[in-house]
Amino acid sequence: MAYVPLADQDSEMEMHHPHSWVTKYVWSQDHKVIAIQYGGLAIAVGVVALILSLLMRMQLGFPETFDLIDPSSYYQSVTMHGMIMVVYMLTALLLGGFGNYLIPLMCGARDMVFPFLNMLSVWVYALSVIILLSSFFVGGGPTGSGWTLYPPQTALAGTPGHDMGIVLMLLSLAVFVVAFTMGGLNYVTTVLQYRCRGLTMMRLPLTVWGIFIATILGLFAFPALLVSAIMMLFDLLLGTSFFMPAVIEAGTPLDHNGGSPILFQHLFWFFGHPEVYIVALPAFGLVSDVLSTHARKNIFGYRMMVWAIIAIGGLSFVVWAHHMYVSGMHPYFGFFFATTTLIIAVPTALKVYNWVLTLWEGDIRLNAPMYFAIGFIFTFIHGGLTGLFLGNVVIDLPLSDTYFVVAHFHMVMGVSPVLVIFAALYHWFPKVSGRMFHEGMAKAHFWITFLGTYAIYLPMHYLGFLGVPRRYYAMGATDFIPESAQDLNAAITIAALIVGAAQILFFVNIFWSLRNGKKAGPNPWGSASLEWQTPDTPPKHGNWGDELPTVYRWAYDYSVPGAHEDFIPQNVPESEEPTADEQHFDPDHDASKAGA
Amino acid sequence: MSLFKTLTDKPWERKGIIGGLNPEGTFESPPERVALGFFLTIASVIFSMFGVSYVIRMSLPDWEPLAEPSQLWLNTGLLAISSILFQWARNIANAGKQKNLMTAFIGGGVFAVLFIAGQMVIWENLQATGFYVASNPANSFFYLLTGLHIAHLLGGLWVWSKSSIRLLSGSKPEDVRLSIELCTLYWHFLLIVWLVIFAILSNT
Repeated sequence: MAYVPLADQDSEMEMHHPHSWVTKYVWSQDHKVIAIQYGGLAIAVGVVALILSLLMRMQLGFPETFDLIDPSSYYQSVTMHGMIMVVYMLTALLLGGFGNYLIPLMCGARDMVFPFLNMLSVWVYALSVIILLSSFFVGGGPTGSGWTLYPPQTALAGTPGHDMGIVLMLLSLAVFVVAFTMGGLNYVTTVLQYRCRGLTMMRLPLTVWGIFIATILGLFAFPALLVSAIMMLFDLLLGTSFFMPAVIEAGTPLDHNGGSPILFQHLFWFFGHPEVYIVALPAFGLVSDVLSTHARKNIFGYRMMVWAIIAIGGLSFVVWAHHMYVSGMHPYFGFFFATTTLIIAVPTALKVYNWVLTLWEGDIRLNAPMYFAIGFIFTFIHGGLTGLFLGNVVIDLPLSDTYFVVAHFHMVMGVSPVLVIFAALYHWFPKVSGRMFHEGMAKAHFWITFLGTYAIYLPMHYLGFLGVPRRYYAMGATDFIPESAQDLNAAITIAALIVGAAQILFFVNIFWSLRNGKKAGPNPWGSASLEWQTPDTPPKHGNWGDELPTVYRWAYDYSVPGAHEDFIPQNVPESEEPTADEQHFDPDHDASKAGA
Repeated sequence: MSLFKTLTDKPWERKGIIGGLNPEGTFESPPERVALGFFLTIASVIFSMFGVSYVIRMSLPDWEPLAEPSQLWLNTGLLAISSILFQWARNIANAGKQKNLMTAFIGGGVFAVLFIAGQMVIWENLQATGFYVASNPANSFFYLLTGLHIAHLLGGLWVWSKSSIRLLSGSKPEDVRLSIELCTLYWHFLLIVWLVIFAILSNT
């Protein structure tokens, strides 16, 4: 019987073929175009969030000098920066962008299982972004309640955007969840059902594993956000009291009575903590593949890496209340969540060891993607270790409302995934565009970003220890904060402005390279995984020409003695492997060859 | 292949084509059914979250139980008939027959529409007797849970209407068999969800 892969049994594939400019670039059902749409929009909205953070930093660093934002717009900036970065930028870029581009290619499929749903997903995501950004233009502006949107404060007159701003935020989140669900169903079903012949689950690159498990987390965690958004919208628009307690506002009792704000916190963080890993797991996967490829070594402990991804995914659902230690919970409750929090550090640390051991004695090629990947290991260890501090109740309580927390979560889930995103963007740019980027510009981008990051966040830990409170528009005169703390604040702001400006290098590099970059060829990094083995670069619609690939091995056969170049792609059969004689490895001979 | 065996596989040792025509670990099932399985799990999580919220909110002192209208029993019967008709349609389609297929499948959808209409009547009656959505958290949850369930049914009816049009325009049973099967699974799921919601609402 002729082999017809599942992915080729789809008679509708021909129907998805674009026939006009609009169906090719706008209403496209091609996963690669959708990935670029997702990625482009996520980066664009991320730039908005970055600008908001710089406005905040200018206020904090030079409170008497600039008059750019008032207290209300400061809180609105805090809120929008946080929500955009976590949900609309990181989640959308890592899953919608990289997930869309890489899953079908790494699985040897022609496209996602449901291309139409995939197209809907990106446009519904665009709608959610439009709703969110429209809150800047309504009366009262966007909500300023902090990205956690805690009631009752979020609905009270003292909070900026307590009328339309919060409504638009909740509506936008609900729409985002719908978009994510449409995309997520595609990702998991494609990974499970559209893998090409011979591609077992344990032959999948860790990128796919990370995105696959993160998507499952998202599919199960985002409903909590949806539920809390719906109930909060009921409270705000219909006057119910799910979350809103009895409140007297400016001497007048509100109509609400008896609601439970803590219930909202539980629902929010039941989404909020897995969200950390929805961002982190794809980043773990991407960085594993970048490290392995550029170290010319198989990823150390592949199976343990997969198990760790699954374990982290499972454990991420039982740690949420460590964000709520200061909410007045029962001590045993805190003890439980502190314990689970410390347990989740075990598989996470295991992954860090394995990344380092992948580098150990590797034939490391220090190019720009590798710079960012190694930079990630530093920032992630840093952010992870401070997480151990905050995971303990007694340490968290005094530090909870200080800059120590700001420094921690920015290192672990801000800077770290962003470094991976840059590593991945530079790594896969040649496949997406067919051209190489400018290496020097990319390295300059790395050094300014990496060192600048430390200049920003390392001092923040110290400010936290001093007791400098977070969320404050201005410090004012306090007895316990020395004046020198303000000097540190000013220095942080200068570093932030430099790092922010340095991101221009990235955009210049990308746009310059699209036109002027050196032709990349199909596989410039010598990568073994499937996406680099496409017949065309960039891959055309349908990815694989007439015939889908067949996979004979895992994605990490690097530095194979005797191999043509030094690696064996996944789609090379055993019969084409180097023979035992050829595999005889003579270091001196190889060294002399390398010298010649 | 079991999950344990899959996850303990040593991919660096095993080479060559593993598995038959499709790779190991692929479900012997159409992708649509796999996706529906995930979707039903997500919907279960959503309803569970509301369920947990309901129980927590119920324990607070301002809770006043709502006397559930007896018409809910009638509506439950309508949804059960809808589910039974879908199952009948599924059995007919699986047997590759045509007779009564349209009656069963379209009838299933019609009874679901009747169920929704019945729920709307209850809403009307509650409003008319002063049980507004914001009067008490028990009322709020009643409107919220029944509304959410209706929203899910409306999504199902959209798929049902597309399949019904295909049936009415002369598609063969084998062409719509998968759609009928998935609709049936979805309707059974929503019936179970409704029974759980009804039980929770009735016991408080």
